[in-house]
Order: sequence, then structure tokens, then C-alpha cells
Amino acid sequence: MRAAEFAIHLLLLLAFPPILLGVINKTKAAFAGRVGAPLLQPYHDLLKLFRKGLVLSETTTWVFTLAPAAALLAVILAGMLLPAGPLDAPIRFTGDMILFVYLLGLARFLIATAALDTGSSFEGMGAAREVSFACLAEGAVLFAFLVLAKNSGALALSSMLRGVEEVEWGIAAAPLLLISAGLFIVVLAENCRVPFDDPNTHLELTMIHEVMVLDHGGPLLGLILYGAAIKLYILGALLVQVLIPFDNIGPGGAPVFVAGLLGLAVAIGVVESIMARLQLRHIPYLLTAATLFCAFGFLLVTR
Amino acid sequence: MPLILVEVSAALLLLSGVADLPRLGGPRATKWVGSLIALIGSALGVAASVWALTQASEASQSISWNLPGGDLDLGLDPLSAFFLVPIFFVGGLGTLYQIGYWDPASHPRNFRAHRFFWGLLQGGLALLVLARNGVAFLFGWEVMALSAFFLISTEDQREEVREAAWVYLVATHVGTLSLFGMFSLLWASTGSFGWGTLDLGGQETWRLWGVFALAIIGFGLKAGLMPLHFWLPGAHANAPSHVSAMLSGVVIKMGIYGLARLLSMIPQPPLSWGGLLLLLGAVSCVGGVLFAIGQHDLKRLLAYHSVENIGIILMGLGLALIGRSTGRRDLLMLGMAGCLLHVWNHGLFKPLLFFGAGAVLHTTQTREMDALGGLAGRMPWTAGLFLVGALSICGLPPFNGFVSELFIYLGFFRGLLTVDGASYPAVALGAPILAIVGALAVACFVKVYGVVFLGSPRSSAVASAQEPPLTMRSAMAPLAVACVGIGVAPFLVARLLEHAVRTWGGESLSPVRAADIEAWVPLGWLTFLGLALILSIGVLFLRFSRVWGRSTARSVTWDCGYAAPTPRMQYTSSSFAKILVDQFSWVLHPKGEQPQIRGFFPTTVKRHSWVEDRVLGEIIHPLAKALERLCARLRPLQQGKLQAYLLYVFIILGILLIWGALGAP
Repeated sequence: MRAAEFAIHLLLLLAFPPILLGVINKTKAAFAGRVGAPLLQPYHDLLKLFRKGLVLSETTTWVFTLAPAAALLAVILAGMLLPAGPLDAPIRFTGDMILFVYLLGLARFLIATAALDTGSSFEGMGAAREVSFACLAEGAVLFAFLVLAKNSGALALSSMLRGVEEVEWGIAAAPLLLISAGLFIVVLAENCRVPFDDPNTHLELTMIHEVMVLDHGGPLLGLILYGAAIKLYILGALLVQVLIPFDNIGPGGAPVFVAGLLGLAVAIGVVESIMARLQLRHIPYLLTAATLFCAFGFLLVTR
Repeated sequence: MPLILVEVSAALLLLSGVADLPRLGGPRATKWVGSLIALIGSALGVAASVWALTQASEASQSISWNLPGGDLDLGLDPLSAFFLVPIFFVGGLGTLYQIGYWDPASHPRNFRAHRFFWGLLQGGLALLVLARNGVAFLFGWEVMALSAFFLISTEDQREEVREAAWVYLVATHVGTLSLFGMFSLLWASTGSFGWGTLDLGGQETWRLWGVFALAIIGFGLKAGLMPLHFWLPGAHANAPSHVSAMLSGVVIKMGIYGLARLLSMIPQPPLSWGGLLLLLGAVSCVGGVLFAIGQHDLKRLLAYHSVENIGIILMGLGLALIGRSTGRRDLLMLGMAGCLLHVWNHGLFKPLLFFGAGAVLHTTQTREMDALGGLAGRMPWTAGLFLVGALSICGLPPFNGFVSELFIYLGFFRGLLTVDGASYPAVALGAPILAIVGALAVACFVKVYGVVFLGSPRSSAVASAQEPPLTMRSAMAPLAVACVGIGVAPFLVARLLEHAVRTWGGESLSPVRAADIEAWVPLGWLTFLGLALILSIGVLFLRFSRVWGRSTARSVTWDCGYAAPTPRMQYTSSSFAKILVDQFSWVLHPKGEQPQIRGFFPTTVKRHSWVEDRVLGEIIHPLAKALERLCARLRPLQQGKLQAYLLYVFIILGILLIWGALGAP
């Protein structure tokens, strides 16, 4: 039973994420009145990239080739700390929420450092933006974890996300809704979606994530895009599990979890369709708002 | 036995520099004799202090001397041993490093003095940590402080070095003065300079708070606690790099040692003390990392990170103190273990980073980051070792910084829960602060590593860069190994931590449970996951690089088809930091010269921006100026005649005599 759960968890973590990108794109296409790319297009793109050759810049060093693989593994490891709906996390221990945050930090360090390895101003811009905006997002996530820890009385992600139901939902609802709002903004920011970044833009000067990976090609780009998809999945899964009480749903929770994630992808697609991206200098304000949402949630649970 | 060994190694270190003084060693001997003695002393010291720490042995000894205030009381317990390990370890590696870095041939003017004070510094540090009464402590403290002054001013032909050294001297003397005040207050309360349990319970509150305030000023100045850090960036930046490593890795920790030692002797510390330390730590770590981001000077930037890390260490200490005041054993254990382990960790990765910065400085002759770039290709060893240090200081797994921060995080989280005792939600606010500081540190070190080691060279300084001599590299390697080692196998130090924490916590930790650290912190998981991460990255990298090796082409970096890209078009350290510096301009007050560009064919203009230390620039300098004006009025008293001075002495003695006769307290 444990082994089967483990296998399903890993399968979800490794195989499911790209479809979220497909759903987002389909939603955006529907809003624009287009048919849009097939749902499975992201998988085809990744496969195509992995079969390609590699062109490296002359200025790059081993850091450039090592970073994407290391970052991908850090993100996958972070995903293994997170339960998937009714499925327990394969790895869970006291304090794993800190490791979760810091593994994502490790991935960010590596990707941004690799970007600077090209010696291009574009990549410099992207890396500077990525690491600067992440500072506020991390505070928001930690406040959210404090709320979950207080609500559940536990210090491991699996129990923190489950124990919510032991408290009356009525009382716990306000802080949980506040941190959900904060986490939704963090999901958008950390995955470089509108209104923080436009994944479809083609002007290097205005991009964040895309401009960091301008000089990555072929398999290296594939690793980075795959890692980004998994990051979207795990941050989304965190939010979905804050919102949906899986302990009450019982064994039928797996489809609900998947449906929740797909719903989140649709929501992101809707946001991208109806909003324009923010000016870069306004981004910190929205992230501050996210931190404050979570901080107010924290104040509510400590009252 | 370990106590004797530590004393022997301290004596060896004290004497090591003497061998290099003129007329004692020949020209050939100078390079090696003193260094060898020092290396032997350090190795012996590391062995003895680790031994004492694993055995949790306690020893003490009293040597009578004819000084007022009592005998020379020395002692060794796990808390002392814990702080002795970095003194000897970093000191030994620094000795190894300076063989190549400060060799007699290229520094004929000052290498003898530098060797002498280098030995003296380490001996003084050891004496300080072994001291068991106020007088012995102050003796070691002053030997440390003054030899550090002479080491900082090693290159006293440069004006900025002289200035930094003077600021340091003033700061350290103010600190010593308040320590004198603190020990006098203790003496007035307990009747001796001796240490033991300082039961201040029956005393008035102002005495208790007076001791605490003077300790914060005296020890905080040494530790570089913001806003008492003003001497630190200049001193660390302008000292020779192995001295910077020692200052940052070990000397500033003596402020933490002093504070921890004092607090361990006070049985019932008020709860507000812990809260205050937590607050001061938070200010230090946020302020330190913000000012670090604004720096262009590599060593000055690293110096500000010391302020940040001292803040993290102090937050751990504050948490532990709260645990002791409230009887929460978990907060005490996690806070103190995090504090102490971070003392070690910072004593490993910061010297590593300073050694790396020194290697860069050694070969390029500049600390200006915007003049560097592309060093990874020219000095791959230094670049790789520096990367380990950078990842460690950001607290990223699987390196050592993560382990100590995890202890402190878990303490904050447990403060929120009601496990054994009431909950303290305000304590938990430390967790988001620590997370934001961690993310800011990531931003800062991406900048440092990217600008200094990656990209293409920004100036001709880099053109002839090459790896430093073997001695310098072999001083860095053990530090990097230790960073990875503690990160992957923290269970190795768990027992040592436990001994030191127990010495600090005293009776409040009873009933003592041996497996406490393992029960509260998942050390086994850290080992498993750390190894898994490192191995899988290795396997994936090797596997993929073989496949890609066949189909890899080389080309230029994408430049939008621009015909004449130059390395100067790269992002610089100031452009990288611009977003954060602007965002926090209300703290940093960045300065800049923005020239006007006029006409159709403007001439060449230069733009310059920088972040100054605000405490030094806006408080200390004006204060010093005012003091100078005030003191100018006393100048008529300064006759330059010996007779006049003797008269002053006589007058003062007379006044004291009358005061005594009138029945002074």
C-alpha cells in the first residue's frame, strides 16, 4: 500500500505538471476565441528540447551546465516533501517545511547564477529581478506556514496541511482564507505568471524568468522548463491543500486533488486573460500585499 | 589534561611570532620557523579542545600573580572548548594561508610585525576563553583587541587603512571601558571578580539592568551588533585577508562568548532580556544583509554579512534565554544549539569566503567587484571553493548554514505551539524575518558570485589572474569540506552541541535527556536527503554531460545581433542590486552623482553611486567632531612640560585624599 501510494505520488509529481501549462494555455486561448495548442503540447515541447543538440556561449563555465540539473533535482526533492491530496508525502519529518522553502531557494540561486554565467545584460536583469522579488514572497510563505503550524499543532508539512480540519473550519476559515489569498499571489509571482511576468512576451527588457534562460538551449532549456512546471505544480498543490480539507473527503480525494489543481490552472489562465502585467516597479507592492495577507492570518491565529 | 594542552598551544601561538622578530631568525628562517611553531600550536589546540568537548571534561586551575583583583584563574569546560575549536582551527588555516599571502619578499616592511601580532592575537583569544575571573578575562580581551588593531593597521602606509584602524581602536576602547564598568558593577554586587553563580537576585533592578546594558554595549561593539557595527566594515575590508577571516570568523564571536558566558552565570534572567536580544538580533540581520547588498567592495560586502550572521546568532541566544526564563526546555535547547552551531558555521564559511576574496585580491590587486568578472575560468579551484562558501552562507541545503538556521527556525515554530508551557507567538515573528534575510542573502551572493567569478572580465585586472599558491588553496579546502560535512552529517556535532548547551543552560535543563537534539531536529533525514541530493546531482550531471558532449557547439552570448558588444555592457554589481537598494532606500539612503547630459554631442560623463554606512557617517562622525571641539577647550592644559603634568597628578591625588578623608563610600 505504501509503495503504491509512493509510486502514484511520484508519478503525479513527475508526469502531471506540464499539463497544467497546457490547461493555462487552453484557457487563455478560449478567452481569446482561439482553438489554442493541444493540451499535451508542453510534453511535446519538452521531448523536442531533450532530443536537440546544445549550443553553449563561449563565456560559460561548468556552472552553466550543472545548474539546471541541480535546480531540477532540488525542486523535485521539495515536491517529495509535500503530500498530494490524500496521499502522504513520501518524505516527512519535523521541520520539513523549512527544507521545502530552502530547496526552492537553492533552485533559485542556481538558476540565477547560471544566468549570470553568460555575461549578458539581459540575463543579469532577469536574475536581479528574480532574486529581488523572491525576498518578499518567502516572508509570505513562512507566515502561511506559521498559521498552518498553529492550526494543526504540528511541525511537518503532511500533518500541517491535514490537521487543519481538527479545528472548527468556521474559526479557522478566516486565517486560512487570508493565507490562501497570499499564497495565490505567491504562486503567480514565483511561477512568473501575469501580473508579475508575461510568459508570452518577446521583449527581453520586460521579462523576468524568460530572460534568465535566453541562452539556455536544447536539453538545458528543457530541464529548466520542466523544473518550472514542477514548481508550478508544487506551489499549486500547497495552495489546493490549504483550501480543500482532504481528511474529510476520504479515499476519494485523489481525483478531487487533481481537479483542484486543474481548477487552479484555469484560474491562472483567467487571471492572465483579464489582467495586464504590472509595471516592474509596482511588483513589490503586490508582493507586500501577499505578505500582509499572510501576516494578518498569523495575527488572527495568535489572538 | 586538555587544559594543560590548550595552555601549551596558546603559549606556542603567543611565541610563534617572536621567532620572526629581527635578529632572532635569519632571513631564510623567517618564512617557515614561526609559521611552523604556530601550526603545531594550532593543531595541538584543535585536538585538545575537541577532546575536551567530546569528554565534556571540566578542569580549572589557579595561578597566583601579583596583580590586583585576584589570581589568574583559568578553566576549561565544554562552552569554552566549543569556542576554542574555531580559534585554533581558523587560526591554523590562517597561518597556512599567510605563508603564501603575506610572504616576506613582497611585504618586507611589515611582515615581521604582522607575524608577531598574528601569534599574539591567537594567544590572547585562547586566554580570554579560558579566563575564569574578570581580571583574567579583561587581560585576554585587551591582548586580543590591541593585537587586532596592529593587524588591521598592517598596511599603515595607506590612508584608508589608518582611518579604519583608528575607528576600530576607538570602538574597541569604548567597548573595553563598558566592560570595566560591567565588571566593577558585578564586583560591587558580589564582592569579587571571580566567576561562579552571580546571584543578583537581592540586588536593585538598576544594577541588574546596568550589568546587562553595559554587557550589550561592550560585547555588542566587539560582535558588530547593529548599530554598534560601525567599525566593522572598514576594519574587515582593509585588513589583510587572513586577518579579516580571523576577525570575522573568530574575534567578533568573542562578543557572543562573553555575552553567553555572562548570561550563563545569572540564574534568573528576566524574560525581557531574551526578547531584547531577539529584537537586536533581528535588527542586525536585516540591516546587515541590506547594507551588504549595496556594497561594491568585495571584502566590505562580506563584512556586512558578518553583521547579518551575528544577528542570526544573537536571535538564537535570545530564543535560548527566553527558554531559560520561562522554563521551556525546547526553546532553550534549540535556540542555544542554533546559536552555537551558527558560531561554528559562520566561523567556517566566512573565513572560506575571505580567503577566496583574498585570493582574488592577491592576483588582481582589486577589491572592486565591478572591475572583476570571469575569474571562474582562470582560477577554477578558488571559484569552486568560493561557491561552497556562498551556498553555505545563504543557509541553503545541503550545507552547514542550513542546519543551524533550521535549529533556530524550529525554535521559533515551537514557540508558537503550546507544548510544554505557555506559547509565545511573538517569538514566531522571527521565522519570516529569518526567511526574508535568507532570500536577501541569496540575492546578495548571486550578485557576488556572478559578478566576480562568472561572465567575462570587466577590466584588465583580471587578464593575468591565476590560481593562488598551494598553501592558500590548501587553507581553503578544509573549510569547504567542513561546510559540506556539517551540512550532510550534522549528527557528528550533535553530541558536542549538547555538551556545550548543557554547560550554558545549567540546572534549567534538568531532567537531562541525552537524545533531545535528535528528537527535536531530524538530523538523520538531513544526512539522508543531503547525500541523496548530492549523489543524484552528480549522477545526472555526469550522465547528461556525456550525452551532450557529442553535440555541443560554442557560440557567442545572445546580444540581439549588436555588432560590438563589450564586457563593460554586462550587468554590474550595482545594477544587479538596484531593485533592492531602491526598494530599501529608506534604510540605506544610497548616495550618487548623477551628471547632467546636455547638447547633441555630450562629452564623456561618469556616474557613480554608493551606499555608505549611516551609523558611521551620520552619528559617529558628527559626534566625534563635537567631542573634538569640546576637547579643544582643554588644550591650554596640555603644556608639554613634565612639571605641569606632575602638578596635575599631585592635584588629583590631593583631591582623592580629601575625598577619602571625608568618608567616601
